[in-house]
Amino acid sequence: MISSLLAQAWTAPTIDWHAIAPELVLIAGINLVLLIDLWLDESKKWAMATLTGFVMLGAVIPVVTLAVLGGDVRDAIFDGRYVVDEYALILKALFLLVGYVVVLLSQNELEEGGYYQGEFYVLMLVSVLGMVMMASSRDLLSVFVALELLSIPAYMMAAWRKRDVKSNEAGVKYYLLGVFASGVLLYGMSFLYGTTGSTKLTEIGAALSGDLTGMQVLAVVFVVAGFAFKISAVPFHTWAPDTYEGAPTPVTAFLSVASKSAGFVALLTVLYLGLYGADEVHGPFIWAMAALTMTVGNMVALRQTNIVRMLAYSSVSQGGFILMPLAVMGTGAAESSLRAVVIYLLIYAFSNLGAFAVIIAVARKTRSGEISSFGGLITYAPGLGVLMTIFLASLAGIPPLGIWIAKLQAFKALIDAGSSSAYVLAIIAAVNTVIAAGYYMRVLRQIWMSPVPDGDTTPVSPPSSIWLALGITAGGTVVLGILPGLVLRFADLPDLTGALGL
Amino acid sequence: MQTITNDTWLLTVGTFLPLVGVLLMMFVPASEEKTHKQIGILTSAVTAAVGVYTLLRFDFDQSEKLQFFVDSEWITVIKSNYTIGLDGISLPLYFLSMVVTLLVMIYTWDNMPDAGNPKSFIILMLVLQVGMAGSFIAQDLILFFVFFEVVLLPMYFMIGVWGGDDRQYASLKFFLYTMFGSALMLVAFLALFFQTGAASFSFAHLMEAGALIDRDVQIWIFAGMFVGFAVKVPMFPFHTWLPDAHTQAPTQGSVILAAILLKLGTYGFVRIAIPMLPQGAKAWAPVIGILAVIGIIYGALGCLAQTDMKRLIAFSSVAHMGFVMLGISTLTDFGINAALFGMVAHGLITGMLFFVAGSVKHRYHTLEISRLSGMLIQMPRLGWILGFAAMASLGLPGLAGFWGEFPAILSAYNPNFGLSEALFRTLMVVAAIGTVFAAAYLLWLYQRTAFGRPNPEFEQGAHHPVGAGVNDEHHDVDLHDVTKIEWIAWTPFLIAIVVFGVYPQLMFGVMDPAVSLLIERVGAGIP
Repeated sequence: MISSLLAQAWTAPTIDWHAIAPELVLIAGINLVLLIDLWLDESKKWAMATLTGFVMLGAVIPVVTLAVLGGDVRDAIFDGRYVVDEYALILKALFLLVGYVVVLLSQNELEEGGYYQGEFYVLMLVSVLGMVMMASSRDLLSVFVALELLSIPAYMMAAWRKRDVKSNEAGVKYYLLGVFASGVLLYGMSFLYGTTGSTKLTEIGAALSGDLTGMQVLAVVFVVAGFAFKISAVPFHTWAPDTYEGAPTPVTAFLSVASKSAGFVALLTVLYLGLYGADEVHGPFIWAMAALTMTVGNMVALRQTNIVRMLAYSSVSQGGFILMPLAVMGTGAAESSLRAVVIYLLIYAFSNLGAFAVIIAVARKTRSGEISSFGGLITYAPGLGVLMTIFLASLAGIPPLGIWIAKLQAFKALIDAGSSSAYVLAIIAAVNTVIAAGYYMRVLRQIWMSPVPDGDTTPVSPPSSIWLALGITAGGTVVLGILPGLVLRFADLPDLTGALGL
Repeated sequence: MQTITNDTWLLTVGTFLPLVGVLLMMFVPASEEKTHKQIGILTSAVTAAVGVYTLLRFDFDQSEKLQFFVDSEWITVIKSNYTIGLDGISLPLYFLSMVVTLLVMIYTWDNMPDAGNPKSFIILMLVLQVGMAGSFIAQDLILFFVFFEVVLLPMYFMIGVWGGDDRQYASLKFFLYTMFGSALMLVAFLALFFQTGAASFSFAHLMEAGALIDRDVQIWIFAGMFVGFAVKVPMFPFHTWLPDAHTQAPTQGSVILAAILLKLGTYGFVRIAIPMLPQGAKAWAPVIGILAVIGIIYGALGCLAQTDMKRLIAFSSVAHMGFVMLGISTLTDFGINAALFGMVAHGLITGMLFFVAGSVKHRYHTLEISRLSGMLIQMPRLGWILGFAAMASLGLPGLAGFWGEFPAILSAYNPNFGLSEALFRTLMVVAAIGTVFAAAYLLWLYQRTAFGRPNPEFEQGAHHPVGAGVNDEHHDVDLHDVTKIEWIAWTPFLIAIVVFGVYPQLMFGVMDPAVSLLIERVGAGIP
């Protein structure tokens, strides 16, 4: 065996350095941050955040040059198991931008809390690296490695407030359930490999057509269930609210946007490249999960009094909407489903991050996470009040703010499919839109219509980094809502679907 | 569909101009209340001037064609364009929305609701105006949907922040009802899009292709749109948000709600649901007719039971919109003309009534009908205006209300496209009885509030109400007659009510060519 391998002449693979430049920049940045942190005086630790921000933005540069220069798909690296195409690039840009905004949000929180800044940013960069890799992964192994790379640092980040019991609880819960999910996922993947003989998603896809064996059915269910944990779909969502509430708020923002999107990206890639032939198995499964996720998430969100918990459940329910188009991907609406999910992820990131940014800004004054602490915000902080209105209205799906177009796309995919089950799901989603509006409006009601609790009307003065984060997210929410063509164009994804011959 | 592409900038400017005012106001601190009011009036005045110019440029001889037509790319991926145009059906409503906003803005000069903060209030009104005007010019389903929804949030905040005691409940109810309707409506829109070959969202395309859809499918899609528009109208049994919203809303909000927002629903029926789904419309017409007539009777009975003046007017809206919907349900040229006329007339008259109600509240600090009396003695001019508006509202010939109600009832005698004559003639009779009720509740309202001796608790100069047990607030009673600002804001309404009452052809002439074209198209779609 070994002798035969050695007999082959070994040629170094040609490596397309440009294609993996974003990852390389991040890796270099991680080492840089780690090293500088060692020698940096405690009083100058604030520089870590700035440096991390630059690393994120620096990694965006090759993403942009790749998008501008490379018209064709770069899949020569690693035998088509790691592909740089439009789909990958737009998602990489999303993850890096989200990473940048989260750095802006965490800056002051970490400085003031005296937390371990250098370590935090290193972990965050590692997690973002995992996400950036996820966007390109086209192989079970690289998908799994990327998933772990992005999850493991996040477990620690969730428990970052070391002396806070709730934060520890958040970390432990997230860790235990995350590891369990990884196990389930890996188990399913091993079945997939065992029955198809390959870990490359396109090859699995080719092998999985026609009648499935019992083991393959099991494999599909396990793989989808494993991802369902990551995207906190009901009934695999139980970790999310506790983790979101306990973790430091910037980390919660990171988890509910970046990590969740990465989970969706993984699910998308695996479903579209590997499991599209098994849609009779995962179609109904995802249908039920989508319907349950949006309904249960909404019902519980309605009863929350803590705003972070409410947003946690709302993000569970938004996950249901993102999942919704995938339920019909096998019934002739493959392309519009893919587009709907990608668009949703892009726009959702802006609005949800923005909402968290306002919460962080307001909590600096009120020191409270209760919805009632937002009472009368509009009177003493009109800017933040209006911004929160924009973000929550967008999350509720009201045109012309961001998410309406994403919701429209999701509905469109369902109705494009045209089956009666798709229509039923569309009606369920329509009803859920109204329920969701109920709790978003409750926060707005506090902001606009309630008196200020304790009569404390000292103005809120968020630091400039948070203003910058608010500016980016609000700009994205409004501009993408009015001119959705800007991103819809990116979501026209011939590459990924082209691989399927759709 | 024939179009005229002259002055393509006109509609876009007219619709989005209020946003310039919004932008300006964002840079003025909230404490400079007077400046905000000035900017508000100025912006809406310029907008209305653009509206007047639109009227001048409009080719009335070709009012069946879409004029000032623009069709440029917007969201190409989902095949939705920025398509706008104005024809005889939308022109009156488009112009009405501009005028009403201006007059309401003028009224705000002296009558800012108690919650204060004119900056936010005026910004919201301007945004509202964009949504309203935009809905009437949109010729693309997605564009229409966006404008239709833009209206939602500003109105929610207007009711919720500046409204009466029960404002939070009322505003949320308004919001959730409308949201529910529009979610189903969106599903219906998308279904229509895919059933017509997923080629385009433009009205022109959907009107052609929609008629070819299977009858059963049309009925289902129509059902979705029906819920969306019926909530907005509002039709019985989706009307329950209206009395709350109207009663709690500040005067400005009530006026805009009555004058324009409700019309978005009926306009949606005429512009979208009926021409795009002719067979669905025919199948649903009897249901619409029956619900409309139930609305007429129910609204009237509701009025008779009210003790609050504003709530009474709100219920009368349910009844009046019933007449409008009855006219639409006949699918006749005559009926839809009457409905469109009724929409404008109801906007003017009920808007006027809400203005009066607001001023009554401002002076007496109550709208309890039983506590008001002798208005004609204390404030003769206000009393007379109330009487005038009440007469117009009950459909007195010679005033605008008549031309909305009477032809609508008449059109039910002979419904179009083989709809059951027996049914519609029955509806006609019931609706006619409804007009008697309308006279009853309006005259009764007028008699109780304006006639008789003034209530001693509101005697001029009395500083503390005698029967203060009912009302803990100790407001000084200061009963002054109609102020100058009120005259400026109200006179155009009063003049329009008379002018359209005496010479209805002014509006019928504009609408009729467009309506006959519409009916022709519907007829072509019904085998």
